[in-house]
Formats: sequence, C-alpha cells, structure tokens
Amino acid sequence: MTLMKQFLGAAATLALCAGAATAEPALIYDLGGKFDKSFNEAAFGGAERWKAETGGSYKELEMQSEAQREQALRRLAETGANPVVMTGFAFGDVLNAVAPDYPNTKFAIIDMVVDQPNVRSVVFTEEQGSYLVGVMAAMASKSGTVGFIGGMDIPLIRKFGCGYAQGVVAANPAAKVIQNMTGTTPTAWNDPVKGAELANSQASQGADVIYAAAGGTGIGVLQAAADAGILSIGVDSNQNHLQPGKVLTSMLKRVDNAVYDAFMSGADLETGINVMDLAAGGVGFAMDENNAALVSADMLAAVEAAAAKIISGEIVVHDYMSDNTCPVN
Amino acid sequence: MHKLPPWADVVLIPLMSVIAAFAISALVIVYIGENPWEALKIMVDGALGSAYGWGYTLYYATNFMFTGLAVSIAFRASLFNIGGEGQAMLGGLGVAVVALAVPWPHWSLALPAAMLGAVVFGAAWAAIPAWLQARRGSHIVITTMMFNFIGAAVLNYVLVNILRPKGSMDPATARFPKGAHLPTLHDLPLIGSYFDKNTPANITLFIALAACVAVWYLMFRSRLGYAIRAFGKSESAAVYAGISPFRITMYVMLISGGLSGMMAINNVMGEAERLVLNAVEGAGFIGIAVALMGRNHPFGVFLAALLFGFLYQGGAELGLWTSIPIELRTVVQALVILFTGALDNMMRMAVAWAFGLARRRAA
Repeated sequence: MTLMKQFLGAAATLALCAGAATAEPALIYDLGGKFDKSFNEAAFGGAERWKAETGGSYKELEMQSEAQREQALRRLAETGANPVVMTGFAFGDVLNAVAPDYPNTKFAIIDMVVDQPNVRSVVFTEEQGSYLVGVMAAMASKSGTVGFIGGMDIPLIRKFGCGYAQGVVAANPAAKVIQNMTGTTPTAWNDPVKGAELANSQASQGADVIYAAAGGTGIGVLQAAADAGILSIGVDSNQNHLQPGKVLTSMLKRVDNAVYDAFMSGADLETGINVMDLAAGGVGFAMDENNAALVSADMLAAVEAAAAKIISGEIVVHDYMSDNTCPVN
Repeated sequence: MHKLPPWADVVLIPLMSVIAAFAISALVIVYIGENPWEALKIMVDGALGSAYGWGYTLYYATNFMFTGLAVSIAFRASLFNIGGEGQAMLGGLGVAVVALAVPWPHWSLALPAAMLGAVVFGAAWAAIPAWLQARRGSHIVITTMMFNFIGAAVLNYVLVNILRPKGSMDPATARFPKGAHLPTLHDLPLIGSYFDKNTPANITLFIALAACVAVWYLMFRSRLGYAIRAFGKSESAAVYAGISPFRITMYVMLISGGLSGMMAINNVMGEAERLVLNAVEGAGFIGIAVALMGRNHPFGVFLAALLFGFLYQGGAELGLWTSIPIELRTVVQALVILFTGALDNMMRMAVAWAFGLARRRAA
C-alpha cells in the first residue's frame, strides 16, 4: 500500500514536472533556413531576446521536408508546447487543418491570416515601412532612377514594391522606379547570385538606390550595389551593417517583436488578426552608425514627417494586397 | 577477386556499410558536443518505437520503394536512370490533374484513375530521354539528369500560372476533393488500431509492396525480364539473340518512369492532398542509393527503402528533440548514401580479402 502510494506520488510529481517543463513556447522556421540574415533570423532574434529577459527556454525547429510541416505542428502541440509560433505563409494551409485538433494550444503565424479560434495571425503593414524608405531613396538618388528587387513574385512582395514606389513618387514626382522579381518559386528567397545580376542590370539602367525585399537574395543585391558604388536598402532585419556606409537604410519588419510578444503572452496569447503597423512599431526604418553619414538632416526630417502623417492618417499608403493593383508604377 | 557467398553480398556488406556510416556520424555528433548514443536512441525510438513513428517511417519508405524499383529495373538493362526526381514530379502533376478534374465520389474510383495519371506522366517524361538514347545515342545519364531540371521548370510554370488558386501566394494547387482522400493505415480494418490517426502512411504502401512483387516477377520470371537482363549484361549478345536494343530501352525506361511517377500517389494524393512545388524532395535521388544498396533486387529495395524511411523519420525526431542542426541530420543521411553507394567496393574488397584469407587457411 505504502509502496503504491509512494509510486503514485512519484508519478504525480513526475507528471507535474513534465507539465511544467514542457509548457514552453516553440518556434518553427520556414524552409528558407534559420540564418537567412533576414526574415527567419529576425524571428530567432525575438525568441533569443525573450530567452535572455525571462530566462526561459524554448523549442525551435528547422524542417527538412514538406511532410514535416504538419508533423512538427502536431508533435509540438502534443508535447504541450504553447504557444507554437511559425514564420511564413507556407504554413497557412497546414495550420488551418491542424489547429482545430488542438483547441488548448495557441498558434501564431506570421505573414498569413488563418481563421481559427486558437490562432493569432500576425500581419505587417509592409507598405508603410516601404513608403518611408521610398521617400529616403528618392531624396538620396542623384539620377532620379531607383530600383526595387523582390524575391518570389507573390502579392506580399508586390505590396513592398508598391509602398516603395508610392514613397518615391511622393518625394520626387518625376522619379522612375525599376522593379524586378527574382523568381516565381521559393528558391527566389535564397539566390544571391541572381540578386546581384539584377542589381547590376538596374545599375546599368541608371538606378543609384536599390531596395531589396528578397530574403537571402538581398545579400547579393547589397553586395553588388556596394561594388557598383551605389546605395542599397535592406529589409526585415537591420542590414545596414552588411555593407557599412553603402546601405542607405533598412526597412524594418519587426518579426522579432511579433515572436517576442507571442512568447511573452505564453498560453494567454490573444488570438485573431494582429496588425503590426507603423504606429504599433511593427515596421520602420533603421538608423545606426553605419548609415548616419548617408542620411542628411533634411532627409531625416522628411521621412519623420512622413511617418508622423502615416500614423495620424493624413497619408494613406495603398495596400497592394487589398485589390491587387498599385496606383503608381 | 574471390567470389563471395550470396549471404555476404546481400547482408554482410550493406550491414557493414551502414555500421561504418553510423560510426563516422557518431564521431561528428561527439565533435559538436552531443551524445551519439542518445541521438541513436532518439532516432530508433522516434522512427520505430511507436505506432506514430512507424506511420512516418512507412510513409517515407513507400516513396523510396517506388523510386528504388524504378532505378533498379533500369540498372538491370545497364541504363542509369537518374531522372526519378523529374519523373516523380511529373507523376505528381498527373495525379493532381486527375484528382482536380473530377469531383470524385469515392477514393476507390479516384485511385485507379490517379495511378493511371501518375504512370502516364512519369513514363512520358522518361520516354524522351529513352528515345534519345535508343535512336540517337545521347547518353541517358546526361539526358535524364537534364530532364529533372526541365521537369522542375515545367512544374513551376504550371503551378504558378495555371493550377494555383486565385489569390493564393503559395505555388500549389487547391486541395483535392474529399472523395480523393486515400485511407490511411489507421482507417483500415484489422491493422488500423495499430497505427496513429495523424500519420501519413496510407494504402499506397500496399501498392508499393505489390509493385515489388510485380517487378520481381517481371525481372526473373518473364520473357521481357530475361531480355532486359540479357541486354544489360551484353548488348551485342542480346542483339545476336534477336533482342531489339531500341525496344528494350524504351520498355525499360517507360516502366522505370512509370514506377517513379507512381510515387506521387503516396506523397501527393496520400499525404499533402494537393501538389506543392517541392513535393518529391529528393526521393528520386534517394532511389539511386536504395537501388544500389538493395543490389537491384526488389526484396533488397524493400529493405533499403525501410532503412532510408527510418533515417528520414529518425532525422526529423533528432530535429525535434535535440539541438543537432539540420545540416548534420543531412550529413548522417549522406554518409549512409556514401558508404552504401559510392564506397561499396571498398567494403567489398575488404570482405573478399577476409574471405580469401579464411579459405586459404582452411585449405
């Protein structure tokens, strides 16, 4: 009897410990890879910040195959990981099918809207941040021609390009924007060689500021622009340091904040659509010692004025994804 | 070199290769500061220790059985078909076209139609390199390899421009209709209770097993199989015996392409239930290793496919429960391929030498 009691007690303690130990958040990176110096790495940065501040631990996973998307979501949910955060729209379809099976687990997906009661869909107003760097690009350009290089040709990336073009035209109505996409498949996120080729081609057409919204491909764009002696603009993470003194600024998309917030709220994660806009600090532009010399005082004043007007609602930046058209090209 | 007893050829050499690969993997894992014994335990436990693990292991193994059989039958005719990847991709397209064309009322109707789609598309993709080899002498290794890239580009174009639903950002087709859903092993009577509900292994496994038997019959019990093997051993002797090289090349490559295409029944129809861009994920290339390791015999292919299924599922578990990075999981898989495929002769020579020594002692 006592043995039984002891055994039960031990089992109960074990169960409690197991419960406490596994109720940790989890982060799944998209197939692009964790260290892409951009989107996924920003997510990793947010998770690390949470870890440093709270002393907690989290599970993370890089996948190897498509079949592992569902496997990873189910395994993490079954072991009690809560919330489970994933980066990238490619999880949308799978999450929509998996989420109803785990009503007690909270999921957060970045860059995609999944309409399930236990899912937080984090979307960013990339058009606003792109508008701001567009203003800076137009003011920094001497030739009056600026470039945009997107990764995969999807509405989301067109949204970046459209916001950028609107900002450019707002600052210099006569400016010309050359737009190119790297490809139509996910490999376009990780093709720095093609990115460099596109940057060189745009430079030869007269572009002297090029904005890359292309994940890992952007590293090639930044490199080629620096080699050609023209300016570039980074994306997602602060990429000013990649080519110090050659990167005008970076359009910040605070994926790190989205992950950090989700981890912080833990199992009490608020579900529904979570819009990370300029006012909420979800997007912005990067200033640091690497680009201080490139940004003049009136450029900074202009971009800050534009930011204030966007927040107050005086400037409305058109969202390409709302109707799949762009007012300026 | 001495002739080895069959058991050494079929069992001992592959086994030693796998052990050598694991030994080197263990060294690498120790080097990055993880415990290799723990890692092995997680892999075995995660892949074979539960109904859940088996559900995934068998799912991957089903893929590899098809591509392994495809490579092995071409090998028997001395044709090195490296195009399994592209043929399986196109097979996926065939499955998707069939599954989306009709609102299927029941899977038992959808399955034969989808199989036909997969076989026709996969075989058609192999037919062009086969014709080029047979008629024009273009080397099949080069052409099938090139056709993998062309296949990827074709699939890319079709998914992005034709089959992608409006408003979707993912280059993938819409979900297949409910009636095209294949029963998973869990849904089956009798054995269903052994398998986990949420694992992707499905009835395609039985089609793969049937394919193993059918290929065995074709290879060793049929007139065509005899012609294929004769042609593979010596083309000039085969021609002398009245076997047409053109016909054998075409037949073998059509069968091989059709088998690769059949893989799509498992991964496209059975698992994802929609066609995504990288649905094949290298299974076509794994098929080469599977065929090499299985000595181009259907039963060997079956065993080797199980081993690679174990490696894939075990690798996923390593990713979930340890901090061993994804690159290293790939290294472990690559080492097994290296040892069983490329370095096969090394083991063979060592074993043959040992056997020779033993025989001389005995004499």
